[in-house]
Amino acid sequence: MKVELQHLTKIFPNRNKKIHSDVVAVSDFTYTIPDGQLVGLLGPSGCGKSTSLYMICGLQKPTSGKIFFGDDDVTELPPENRGVGLVFQNYALYPHMTVKQNILFPLQNLKGSDKLTKEDMLKRTYDVAKLVQIDDLMDRKPSELSGGQQQRVAIARALVKMPRVLLLDEPLSNLDARLRLQTREEIRRIQRETKITTVFVTHDQEEAMSISDTIVVMKKGVVQQIGAPQDVYDNPANLFVAKFLGTPPINVFNGKVEGGKLYIGDDAVLNTNIENDCEVMVGIRPEGFVLDPNGPMQCKLNGIEVMGRDVSVVSVNDACVAPTIRSIIDADNKPSAGDETVRFSLKMHKVFVFDKATEERIHYEVK
Amino acid sequence: MVDSKQQWKAWLYLSPAIILLLVFTGWPIINTIRMAFLEGYRSLEAAGGATYQIGFGNFTKVISYGKFINCMKNTVLICILTVPISSMLALIIAVCLNSIKPLQKLLQTIFFLPYVTNSIAIGMVFAAMFNIVGNVVTGSIQSYGIKNDSNRFFGGHWIDWNNVSSTYSSNITVMVVYIVWNALPFKILILLGGLQSVNKQYYDAARVDGTSRVRTFTKITVPLLSPMIAYGVITGFIGGFKGYTSSGGIFGETMGPAQDAGRLNTMVGFIYDSLSNSYQGRASAAALILFVIILIVTLLNLYVSKKKVHY
Repeated sequence: MKVELQHLTKIFPNRNKKIHSDVVAVSDFTYTIPDGQLVGLLGPSGCGKSTSLYMICGLQKPTSGKIFFGDDDVTELPPENRGVGLVFQNYALYPHMTVKQNILFPLQNLKGSDKLTKEDMLKRTYDVAKLVQIDDLMDRKPSELSGGQQQRVAIARALVKMPRVLLLDEPLSNLDARLRLQTREEIRRIQRETKITTVFVTHDQEEAMSISDTIVVMKKGVVQQIGAPQDVYDNPANLFVAKFLGTPPINVFNGKVEGGKLYIGDDAVLNTNIENDCEVMVGIRPEGFVLDPNGPMQCKLNGIEVMGRDVSVVSVNDACVAPTIRSIIDADNKPSAGDETVRFSLKMHKVFVFDKATEERIHYEVK
Repeated sequence: MVDSKQQWKAWLYLSPAIILLLVFTGWPIINTIRMAFLEGYRSLEAAGGATYQIGFGNFTKVISYGKFINCMKNTVLICILTVPISSMLALIIAVCLNSIKPLQKLLQTIFFLPYVTNSIAIGMVFAAMFNIVGNVVTGSIQSYGIKNDSNRFFGGHWIDWNNVSSTYSSNITVMVVYIVWNALPFKILILLGGLQSVNKQYYDAARVDGTSRVRTFTKITVPLLSPMIAYGVITGFIGGFKGYTSSGGIFGETMGPAQDAGRLNTMVGFIYDSLSNSYQGRASAAALILFVIILIVTLLNLYVSKKKVHY
C-alpha cells in the first residue's frame, strides 16, 4: 500500500500569551511512500516527525493537507478505520493481559463481516507470534518480559490485524545498545517478510540509515531532504543534514572562496569552479582526510585514538567551528604520536561547501 | 541501622507519639478485651470493689439479644446495598468527570463538597427532604417533602419515608440514598486520581485497534483501576460496618421512626447505647464481635482482590 502525503501541515494553537505565533509542528510535508518500503522519519526532538506519524495514524488531525492510502483518501478517517498498526515508543502493552491476550485484543475488536471465529483468531495470533519469535512467551504478563520481548509483543499486536501500514514510534529508544542492534535487524526482517509499508520515527541517524529504504530528514517541521540513506549521506542538501548524519559527525570549518580557491583559514585547500567570492562553511566528513606530508591543510595534532580497524586522529585548527577535528585514518598509516602538526589532503567528494548565510549547499567541481 | 549508643535518642524522639498511642489507643484496646471477658462487667460497680468471673457470658448475652441481632442485620444490609451501589456510581461519575474538559476542576470541587460537610448535618438535610410535615394518619399534610413532591410530579403516589407510618424498607431506602451520597466523594476522588495516572497511550492504542467505548471501559479502564476500586470497596465495607451517624442523622436519637425506636440502629449504635447504660462488658463484647466481622470481611475482600486486581 503506497502512502501519499499531500501538503501535510499541522499547526498547534499557541496557548502562551507572551508569544503571538502558533506552533507549526509540520509544514507542507509532501511525499509518496512507495508500496512495501521502510521509511525512516529522522530529526532532532521537536522536528515534527512524531506528529507526522500520528497524522498518518489518525490520532492527530492535520490542519491542512491530505493523506492517501493507495487511492483512498483517509484524511478524515478515524484511526480504527484506516487499517494502521501502531507501535508506541514505550509499547503501551496492556499490563493486566497476558502476551496472548494482548495480541488477541485487536482481533476481538473486529465487528460485522470482519469478525473471526475463535480458531481463526488463535491461529493468526500464533502465526504472528511465531513471526516475531515470541510464541514461547504467550502466557506471560508484560511485566515479566524484557524490553526486547515487549517490543516484539508490541509489533505482533500491531501486525496481527494485518494493517495496510505499520507505524513505529521510536521503536528502539527503550532498548540497550546491543539489543538495539539486534532489534533493528529484526524489524527489517519482519518488514521484508510481511512486505507491509512501514514508517518509523527516530532521532538516531545510525538507526535510520541502517534499516531504511528511504530516510526523510526533518527540522522544525520542515522536510530537509528525502532520499536513500547513502545518497543523503553522500549528498546532503544543506549544512543541517550534513551535520545530522554520520558518526563521528562531520567537521565544519569557516571558510571562504576567493578567485575560485577554497580557503579554510589561510590554507587554500581546493581549486573550484565557484565564480563568486563569498564566505562559506565547509563540511568535511571524518573519512575525507588523507594524511599527506605535502597536503594543503595543516592542523595541530592533539591525540590519536586507536579503534582497531581505524584510528581517529584528533587535531585542532583555528578555522574549525568545533574545538577539535576528528578524522578517521587507516590504521596502517597513522601519524606518530610525537608529531606536533599533521598535514592532510582532502578527498574532494567528502568536502561539502555551504553558503554561510543560508546554509544551503553550494555545488562545485574541482578544477 | 542506628548505632546502638544512639538508639536512646531515637526512642526519645518517638516517645511523645508512643506514649499518646499507648494511653489513648493501646490501653483502651487491651481494656476492651479485658472487659469483654469479665462476665457482666459494669465499671461503676467495679470501682466500688465488685469482682467478676472470666468467661464468655457477655458474648452469649449479646448474641442472644434481639436488639443486637437487629442492629447487626441493619448494618450488614446497609453494607451490602451501599458499597456496590456507591462504588459503581463513583466509577461512572469519575470516568465521566475525567472525560469532561471544560469546568472539570469546578465539577470536581462540587462532587467533593459532601466530604467536607458534617455528616450529621447532611443527615438532617436528607431527613428534611424526605420528611412529611403534618399528620400522616389523618392525612392533613402541609408539606410532602422534596422527594415526595418529585414523586407526585411524575404521577407517583407519596410515600412515608421516615415518619410514623413508614415501613422498614422505606427507612432503609432513605439511609441507602444518604450513605451512598455521603460515600461518593471519597471514592470519586481516589478513582479520578487513578484515572489521571493511567497512561493515555493505552487509550490511543485501544483507539488504533478499533476498540469500542464499552470494551475500552470494561477491558482496559476497569482492570487498570482495579487497585483503586478494591481500595474503595474495602474501606467502604469498613466504613459501612462502623456506620452510626447515618441512622442518627436521619432519625435522631431514636435511631428509628417514632413508632419503633431503635429499628434502624447499627452495631456501633448498639455499642454506644450499651455504654450509656453503663453495660461496659456487653459493649466491649459487641465491639469485639464487630472487629471480628470487619476482619473477616476485609480478609475476604483482600482474597478476592488478589485474584481480580491485576498488578
